[in-house]
Amino acid sequence: MAKEVILLDFWPSMFGMRTRIALREKGVDFEYRDEDLRDKSPLLLQMNPVHKKIPVLIHNGKPVCESAIQVQYIDEVWSHKNPILPSDPYQKAQARFWVDYIDKKMYEAQRKVYASKGEEQETGKKEFIEILKTLESELGDKPYFGGDDFGYVDIGLIGFYTWFPGYEKFGNISIEAECPKLIAWAKRCMQRESVAKSLPDSEKVTEFMAMLRKKFGVE
Amino acid sequence: MATGDVKLIGSWASVFVMRARIALNLKSISYEFLQETYGTKSELLLKSNPVHKKMPVLIHADKPVCESNIIVQYIDEAWSSYGPSILPSQPYDRAIARFWAAYVDDKWFIALRSILTARGEEEKKAAIAEVEERTDHLEKAFIDCSNGKPFFNGDHIGYLDIALGSFLGWWKVVELDASHILLDETKTPSLFKWAERFCNDPAVKPLMPETAKLAEFARKLFPKPEA
Repeated sequence: MAKEVILLDFWPSMFGMRTRIALREKGVDFEYRDEDLRDKSPLLLQMNPVHKKIPVLIHNGKPVCESAIQVQYIDEVWSHKNPILPSDPYQKAQARFWVDYIDKKMYEAQRKVYASKGEEQETGKKEFIEILKTLESELGDKPYFGGDDFGYVDIGLIGFYTWFPGYEKFGNISIEAECPKLIAWAKRCMQRESVAKSLPDSEKVTEFMAMLRKKFGVE
Repeated sequence: MATGDVKLIGSWASVFVMRARIALNLKSISYEFLQETYGTKSELLLKSNPVHKKMPVLIHADKPVCESNIIVQYIDEAWSSYGPSILPSQPYDRAIARFWAAYVDDKWFIALRSILTARGEEEKKAAIAEVEERTDHLEKAFIDCSNGKPFFNGDHIGYLDIALGSFLGWWKVVELDASHILLDETKTPSLFKWAERFCNDPAVKPLMPETAKLAEFARKLFPKPEA
């Protein structure tokens, strides 16, 4: 019998990781399907015709696209445990703001760190560290971005952590030296079962990044 | 609700600011509108939005909320017992509304703006084609979301109506600039009729700028290169 929840995803995707974590936080049984992005499945193309991208969450045959939207959807449908967004409207707005910040800034900057060279890479590295420092400053001395409880912003950011060793290797930077509190936060998140189960091995991600570098002609 | 409690930093010409004002109107919230001067950023703006330094910023009981779509959701949630709901009630419908609002900002608006910044006829033609293709997607989205009702949100305007509808003033300005119809009655008939209904909504009507005034402002913002 077809599962009620299917996730079309790609294993190293830091966006797909968000949705995996959210589903596991809620104890939702789901079928994970890894896509070959060079040969996208008919189901992916049918369920996300506008962007043709992963992740796609399919719930009772109906697609939800865009990872941040999926996490909010999961929180609203399976509201019985482990709330992901705060209940206070102002706190909610703050959480949404920071995930929006990550979405607007992180992807482009991190891509430059490992998949470009020369001046473009140097600029990318500076931007990237600045973004991480801004996030670290927002975290402050709290255990998680939302305070005492693991939540939306943590889920929004933690997937990038599996890419950190790759940024360090190919970008020749030390994230721990620049943002020690952020690293401590990441290790704290990794203690959580939903996170540990949803994130791939960093070594595999670094290998994947090496392959991408060759593809982009920077290696 | 005391007026002093709610402030909005913005400008009459900004689409994103308009979204926040429409939402406040829908909830009948009085607020102090702090009009920014073109070309400068006030101390309050820089202090309230240090990350992006952009408007709109909603300041509620001295606490700032930034990013127009986030502000609209905040208004809906903070004043949930006032006026109609801005977001749909069902999680799936909310996800769809959020998806299309993100599409409007990430894809559609970018294409619209590139008409104004296009250099030469070739670039302009390509930009126009892109806008037409993306508007076509929005026409289909309207048919799916509205389910035969007058607005994306159903019987009254909501999140997605506000996200797209706030562009209608600039939509006309870009049409004039491009000398090309971008909201076509025959190509996208549902959106065409929706646009008129949206602009006539009492929460929207007082806020939509005059096309001539906006066109003049556009010429300042997007100066044409010397011939």
